[in-house]
Amino acid sequence: MVTTNKKKPSTVTPQIKPLDDCPDWTFELLEQYQTEIARVAEHYRLDTYTNQIEVITAEQMMDAYAGVGMPIGYNHWTFGKKFIQTEQTYKRGQMGLAYEIVINSSPCISYLMEENTMPMQALVMAHACYGHNSFFKGNYLFKSWTDASSIIDYLLFAKNYIANCENKYGIDDVEATLDACHALMNHGVDRYKRPQKISLDEELKRQKEREEYLQSQVNMLWRTEPNANKNNNEPKYKFPSEPQENILYFIEKNAPLLKPWQREIVRIVRKISQYFYPQKQTQVMNEGWACFWHYTILNHLYDEGLVTDKFMLEFLHNHTNVVAQQEYNSKYYSGINPYALGFNMFIDIRRICEHPTKEDKEFFPEIAGSNWLDTLHFAMENFKDESFISQYLSPKLIRDFKLFHIHDDENNNYVEIGAIHNEQGYKKIRHKLADQYNLSNLEVNIQIIDANIDGDRSLTLRYIPHNGTELGDSKEEVLKHLHYLWQFDVKIVQEKNEGEDVIIAQCSDTLKKPE
Amino acid sequence: MANFIDRRLNSKNKSTVNRQRFLRRYKNQIKKSVSDAINKRGVTDIDSGENIVIPKKDMSEPVFHRGSGGINDRVHPGNDQFITGDRIPKPPNQQGQGGGKGDASDSGEGDDDFTFSISKEEYLNLLFEDLELPNLEKNQLDKLIEYKTVRSGFCAEGVASNIDIVKSLQGSIARRIAMTSSKRKQLKEYQQTLDDLQQDKHDHISEERELKKLIQILEEKIAKVPFIDTFDLRFRNFAKQAVPTSKAVMFCLMDVSGSMDQATKEMAKRFYILLYLFLSRTYKNIDVVYIRHHTQAKEVDEHEFFYSQETGGTIASSALQLMNDIITERYDDNQWNIYGAQASDGDNWADDSPLCKSLLIDKILPKTRYFSYIEITQRAHQTLWQQYQQIMETHPHFAIQHIKEAADIYPVFRKLFKKSTKNAA
Repeated sequence: MVTTNKKKPSTVTPQIKPLDDCPDWTFELLEQYQTEIARVAEHYRLDTYTNQIEVITAEQMMDAYAGVGMPIGYNHWTFGKKFIQTEQTYKRGQMGLAYEIVINSSPCISYLMEENTMPMQALVMAHACYGHNSFFKGNYLFKSWTDASSIIDYLLFAKNYIANCENKYGIDDVEATLDACHALMNHGVDRYKRPQKISLDEELKRQKEREEYLQSQVNMLWRTEPNANKNNNEPKYKFPSEPQENILYFIEKNAPLLKPWQREIVRIVRKISQYFYPQKQTQVMNEGWACFWHYTILNHLYDEGLVTDKFMLEFLHNHTNVVAQQEYNSKYYSGINPYALGFNMFIDIRRICEHPTKEDKEFFPEIAGSNWLDTLHFAMENFKDESFISQYLSPKLIRDFKLFHIHDDENNNYVEIGAIHNEQGYKKIRHKLADQYNLSNLEVNIQIIDANIDGDRSLTLRYIPHNGTELGDSKEEVLKHLHYLWQFDVKIVQEKNEGEDVIIAQCSDTLKKPE
Repeated sequence: MANFIDRRLNSKNKSTVNRQRFLRRYKNQIKKSVSDAINKRGVTDIDSGENIVIPKKDMSEPVFHRGSGGINDRVHPGNDQFITGDRIPKPPNQQGQGGGKGDASDSGEGDDDFTFSISKEEYLNLLFEDLELPNLEKNQLDKLIEYKTVRSGFCAEGVASNIDIVKSLQGSIARRIAMTSSKRKQLKEYQQTLDDLQQDKHDHISEERELKKLIQILEEKIAKVPFIDTFDLRFRNFAKQAVPTSKAVMFCLMDVSGSMDQATKEMAKRFYILLYLFLSRTYKNIDVVYIRHHTQAKEVDEHEFFYSQETGGTIASSALQLMNDIITERYDDNQWNIYGAQASDGDNWADDSPLCKSLLIDKILPKTRYFSYIEITQRAHQTLWQQYQQIMETHPHFAIQHIKEAADIYPVFRKLFKKSTKNAA
């Protein structure tokens, strides 16, 4: 396959002797493999944050699971629930633990499980420490939405701040506030504005100022003294002037009765939600990229004679399990496996570059025959799942996966096959599959349209259905949480047939706090 | 670039706080689950934790999500039979029920209940929360019975085996320094003078001889101070300290006459289980004595106690008498915390009830920490209950309760051992 033409670092002896392939790993061996993997990664121009590789036990891995990817989490019962669930299923043997967890931070923290064998550790290092890591550093979403160098500091700040609040205001109030924020967490993201990056020191400094300033702003908005300059006949101005989709942001800035510390907690949840926002949108790409690189890097080492056949067999066994795709009629089928789709797409892009067919030249004139490494890096840096699929899903892959599209209309008593893997279907399948990863289709579209600041202070949200889908049953429960934060009547309206807004859910003062 | 960090020795219980938060939040549901579970246990089965079941809907974390209906487009892999335009009928039960109930489960979770385990300690704590043993504090002071030997400093007399060598040698050094210090001082002076004389150009033979003699005498005197003296010896001292005994005996008294059917016995059994579990929280060693009676009382093992069938009349005093005998014979009330629990359906030979009362008041109650009587019956109370009611008025550590059906057991138990507000204040 590919041979190294570059100057090799001095660590490689001219006479290639395979690395020890015994199943038990040691720290020296980890270092040796890491050095080799790093060398190959550099050869393929993978630009990464410094790696911090932490070896942990299975119990610690379960702790890490419960923290939903946050290395430092504030205390909340939902993490306890997650932990109990994980522990329970793990103990019963219903679920294995992941081999690794990797955190989008700088340095990039990866957790390796103690139980892994040496080939597994090598796989995981190539996958997480060079695959995911370079994705975090290179992809435009991560670049513009998250700041890897400050996230650990920020999480620490959040943990301490919330612990302090618990001491000052009691666990119950803090918990209720967090519950409410978590319910609205998906609606705490700025989809179009880019948040600024700030460091911990700045955050602490600003937090104090913000607390005072925010409260004064809110007081201005809600003050009840008559305004001398204001003419009563003046048409009422609408507030907010434009619909707001970032509900948590709106609450933080405008909720009339929230205490300053509650505003800060709303802000913390909002920030964390924003931090995870790119990960939600790049699952296929991120996993595909990481799988592609562990596969390519370890094969490269094999071609160099650095790893043995024994090593490769164990590696390939695990690799194949990870990127396996069940078919729709298998009892293990649970949707499209993002690892499988992503991995195969990157492999396919490389194929198109290196060995384009006539079909490829027709579908991908720009990349067919180009330098595969340049093309791959470009793809990784400038796309998210949705656009990645609509740009690069090739007819060959559609055939390989035997993809087909099902159209399900509520009004019909049948579902219809919209397209299959044939000439007429390629573009439609590509389009529909890309839509399937479009976050704005997956998450409900709810916006704040009115806060009645002159009257009863009620808050109105509008639900805009996508493809005629109703809002799910939990809406009443979520509204209770929103009511807890807003503390006056809240309601959701939806435009029905005659262009008239109909209230589909509401929560008023007479209803109690969320349980 | 990479740094390796071995975190395996770091604490692994990062989630403990969150787990506690979870338990705290769902305390009511968990407690209910715990009290349901107690009815399914065996008497001696106290070492295991418990599985807790919470209905999933109680602990959902609601978010806005898409409901059903509308138009859904999905792409699936593995087409093996379809061509464009194929129509597949929907399963009939979904038809026309667009806004159907079941929560759309994006996460692939159904409406199953949430089940998890808690440890034995957590289980017992939840089961007996807010309960305490009556009069425990008050009594503990009067009944400091067992003694424990504890170290208590050093003393000048004792047996050879208790000599503390370090202390003794420290004494010896101190004594030797004290006894020889003036002599050493003198010796130093003589030595100095002698040196001076010897430095002198003139001869001082006689003076030198005199001094040497004095020095020799002093050195001998110093040497004569004994290296160790009986005065130096220090012995480790031990004292006896009274500690509250952690032994308890629980007497289970049950009427097994013909009127007690198996269901009633089962209920009594559950009550005993609770009592046993509860006592095991406070005491390390618990003996259980089973006494069953009809017209005569007999000490039996657990199995016979609960499961063997007897017939005949009922004389409750026989059991109390036997209990008293066993206490006298085996369980000195100075060393054992004695608890009694009597269960009956209330039937007793009318003339016997006053005798029970006097037996309890005179003999048993003074020796026991707590005595509880539960009556398991659907009928009206009889003489035994009435007599016992009189005792209750005068004796705070005697309690009676009435159980009608299995569901009453746990509440009744809680009532018996409720944390008294007086003690708390």
